[in-house]
Amino acid sequence: MNAKPLLRRMAAMVLAGMARAITGVRPIWQGCAPSDRQRIYFANHASHGDFILLSACLPPQERERTRAVAGADYWRKNKIRHVLARDVLNTVLVERNWVERREDPMVIMLDALNDGHSLIIFPEGTRNMTEQPLLRFRSGIYNLAFARPDVELVPCWIENMSRVLPKGAFLPVPLLCRVVFGAPVALESGEDRHAFLHRSQQALLDLDPEHQRALDRG
Amino acid sequence: MAETIWLFLGLLAVLTVASTIATVLNWKSTRKGDALPSTLVNLNSRIKAWWIMVAAISIAFLFGKGGVILLFAFVSFAALREYVTLTHTRRGDHWILLGMFLVIIPVQYYLLWIDWYGLFAIFVPVYCFLAMPALTAISGDTARFLERVSEQQWGIMLSVYCISHVPALLTLAIPGFAGKGLLLIAFLIATVQGSDVLQYVFGKLFGKHKVAPKISPSKTWEGLIGGIISASLLGAVLFWLTPFTPLQAGLMAALSCVMGFFGGLVASAIKRDRGVKDWGHMIEGHGGMLDRADSLVFAAPIFFHMVRYFWT
Repeated sequence: MNAKPLLRRMAAMVLAGMARAITGVRPIWQGCAPSDRQRIYFANHASHGDFILLSACLPPQERERTRAVAGADYWRKNKIRHVLARDVLNTVLVERNWVERREDPMVIMLDALNDGHSLIIFPEGTRNMTEQPLLRFRSGIYNLAFARPDVELVPCWIENMSRVLPKGAFLPVPLLCRVVFGAPVALESGEDRHAFLHRSQQALLDLDPEHQRALDRG
Repeated sequence: MAETIWLFLGLLAVLTVASTIATVLNWKSTRKGDALPSTLVNLNSRIKAWWIMVAAISIAFLFGKGGVILLFAFVSFAALREYVTLTHTRRGDHWILLGMFLVIIPVQYYLLWIDWYGLFAIFVPVYCFLAMPALTAISGDTARFLERVSEQQWGIMLSVYCISHVPALLTLAIPGFAGKGLLLIAFLIATVQGSDVLQYVFGKLFGKHKVAPKISPSKTWEGLIGGIISASLLGAVLFWLTPFTPLQAGLMAALSCVMGFFGGLVASAIKRDRGVKDWGHMIEGHGGMLDRADSLVFAAPIFFHMVRYFWT
């Protein structure tokens, strides 16, 4: 009767195994340690492999309850994608288009948090195809921080995945990847939206070793 | 083969002695309740990794030619992955990079499997050499073109072409040595890796004068000379694995060790240029695959061609 959870668990195991075999991914717990606290992981986004790589770095129990937030417009475009996103990858689908949307993304994400899930979000809102290391952050991360101050917001810098599986590519190139987990960011009292978005973006950027090297060079 | 059994019994003995010494050192340094110094922690994981590597090579040897070819195809894969990770790649290089892993590695090792030496020797330096820049040009992205193309060529030469010369020793038809190619591989690996270990040991015990302080702080003249002389003696003692006389075996070992030293030096220069300490983290205590295989990369092709020229 209930084949879906089994399918999901199998898929998650296979994907995490593949991510490790291809990229030898290693988590670097730089600013925090793995914990059973409910968390929102926010990361840079340039590839479909990003959330698979990130969840492969989490301890098994945490991985099982962690769901990625993804764009409904993309993942509901055709039947295969929709089944993949809903039944296999177990993503939380939110509508990105302001004008046409029927459901409020905040409600959907808060529902998932209320169900006890941890979330993976990509605050840039889309895959970054520019030469910039990070795009401007959308407001969602601020709204989540405001609504659920009890949930830790952990910045996660995903290294190299955009080279392994760039947009439009189907087969991954085997390159070594790392995911750097930084110190949790919390909304300060009286901090406005703009300041918080800037600060959380900077916290993520600070984890990028390339960015650090560029700063060192001046 | 009696030689194989003796060889692995010998290796087992060496590793057991190493583990025993490490255990004694650990016990001595923690007796007063101190924490283990980092050199010892590193030594422990190095020795543990050696057990695993010797086990992997032994299993490959059990499966004969196919096992050894698969093992070194995997070494090439891991080495190339570490190398390409450190290079500058662009989105337009995706297909070339895929081809390096999915076409060039399988073809190069398949040519060994079917014993087609003629193509094995020129597949990378002729066909891939020309095809890769051509395909990169077709992709249309000219930014840092020369740099990208050169880095790809180097990666394939070092990680695939050079490393594939280790299993290529199996294809040599040496008169009076038929069916014993595995022993020649064992000889090469034992002397080159032995030289690495002995250079490390001599360097730790007597090292004072640095060979190239700008490139590697751990390479000293004392380690280099002590390591190469002792590894050459080791090679001479292991002559019974080879078609060589003891003197020839010593000279071949010396040549391989000198090449191995240059391999390590070049690898260090690349790492220094890219601002990393190790190539990766695949082998605990050693770093990545290339940290362990860099000496073999330089030694294998020269060893192969010396044997091919003088003994076949």
